[in-house]
Amino acid sequence: MKRQIPLIITFIAGIVMIIQYFIPHEPFAGMQQLFNQWYLIIAAFAMILGIGNLLKIHSGRISRKTSGWGYSIVLLTGLTVMLISGLGWGIERGTFFFYLFWNLHIPMASTMFALLAFFVASASYRAFRARTIEATLLLIAAIVVMLSRVPLGGYIWSKIPFAGDWIMSYPNMAGQRAIMIGIALGTVSTSLRIILGIERTYLGGGK
Amino acid sequence: MSIVDRLKTIDRRIIFVAISLAVIIPLLFPIGLPIMVSPPAQGLYDAIEELKPGSKVLLSFDYDPSTMPEVYPMNLGVVRHCFSKNIKLVGMGLWPTGVLLGQEAFELLAEEYGKTYGEDYINLGFKAGGIVVISAMAENIPETFPEDYAGTSIEEFPIMKGVKNFDSFGLAVCFSAGDPGVREWVMIAHSRYGKKVGAGITAVMAPAYYPYLQAGQLVGLLGGMKGAAEYETLLKYKGTGSAGMDAQSIAHSLIIVFIIFGNVIYFIARRKERKKV
Repeated sequence: MKRQIPLIITFIAGIVMIIQYFIPHEPFAGMQQLFNQWYLIIAAFAMILGIGNLLKIHSGRISRKTSGWGYSIVLLTGLTVMLISGLGWGIERGTFFFYLFWNLHIPMASTMFALLAFFVASASYRAFRARTIEATLLLIAAIVVMLSRVPLGGYIWSKIPFAGDWIMSYPNMAGQRAIMIGIALGTVSTSLRIILGIERTYLGGGK
Repeated sequence: MSIVDRLKTIDRRIIFVAISLAVIIPLLFPIGLPIMVSPPAQGLYDAIEELKPGSKVLLSFDYDPSTMPEVYPMNLGVVRHCFSKNIKLVGMGLWPTGVLLGQEAFELLAEEYGKTYGEDYINLGFKAGGIVVISAMAENIPETFPEDYAGTSIEEFPIMKGVKNFDSFGLAVCFSAGDPGVREWVMIAHSRYGKKVGAGITAVMAPAYYPYLQAGQLVGLLGGMKGAAEYETLLKYKGTGSAGMDAQSIAHSLIIVFIIFGNVIYFIARRKERKKV
């Protein structure tokens, strides 16, 4: 029963959602709304479950004093302070939560992302090599697109922005469409396998 | 050790210092290179221009502080454009961190344009669930978002009077740094409910969204800081997008120089090795 009930729920939910897409009338339209509301409630509880899991893992690390346990203290302190300040006094301007978000979270997150520029610069010198014809074509395309994305490109040669747009609108778009169609077909087949109960790994517990 | 060998194993800190200077110097001493407006940015601008004063635009803040330098200037640009045309704005977020960034953009410009919270703009806050949130909004917005981001019932705000679903909006604009984001808005709001959708995304995401643009599923697209700078150019003001373009120009050029220089060193070293053999 532990496996059969989730499979039945998945089958009914999946079939109803497919039918309502093609027949947006009652009773299916109402069922879609109902299922959406249920999903939003489950999603909210999934976040609570995620927080619980985070607490369990990091409190375990602290109690066992495993490598990097100090970071777990920082994480749990941050989580607790943000949670209490947000739930207790709100998140609007002037609150403690807003102060922490604006003066700690934003600078730290921006700094982490900004480091990417240094790694890209270092990799561009060390790793981007024209070893094959394909790699050479990729490098040329990358240089043209990089130049076309900044005003300096047009300043160097007026045709560079158009060349960049052409690369984005034709070779790039053809490749992207192929990837998207592949993903869509994969999603449809995996979804069908899940709805029909062939694919069961999402239930966990088995091989 | 020969010069070629030394250049091959150059200390990465030299590269880091070079890229730092390439970003910092143009920010301190702007060059002011002219910014050309691309058709995708023009498309979003035109879609907002077509809206009548008093109509409503839905803004989805689906980004976080890490991508703020790219996406926030677009957010400011679109809010500025809408406020200047007396278009009412309803904000929300599929990412929890985007809500306060969107609110900051609202408050910063509301003062400049004399707009009031609850009458001219509102922030409905974050709701977990991604694509299903959009789907639920398409059916019933007050049920999906019964309160604003601060926990006040939306019934208290005049801007939400008569708002039932997407029919109340002339356009939806998604500021996105990943999933859930633009793809979900296109899939539900446009493809299923026929709503016009525009987007502001990071530069690295832009290539993946050109098919949506070409198919007419997006009315316009702002890609990266360049997109923000283009929008600022259309609005005839200089914001952080335009200010960052000089730095980005020099940084991109430096990276290209690194690529070319690195390859020249690689080929010289390879030729030497072949000669030895």
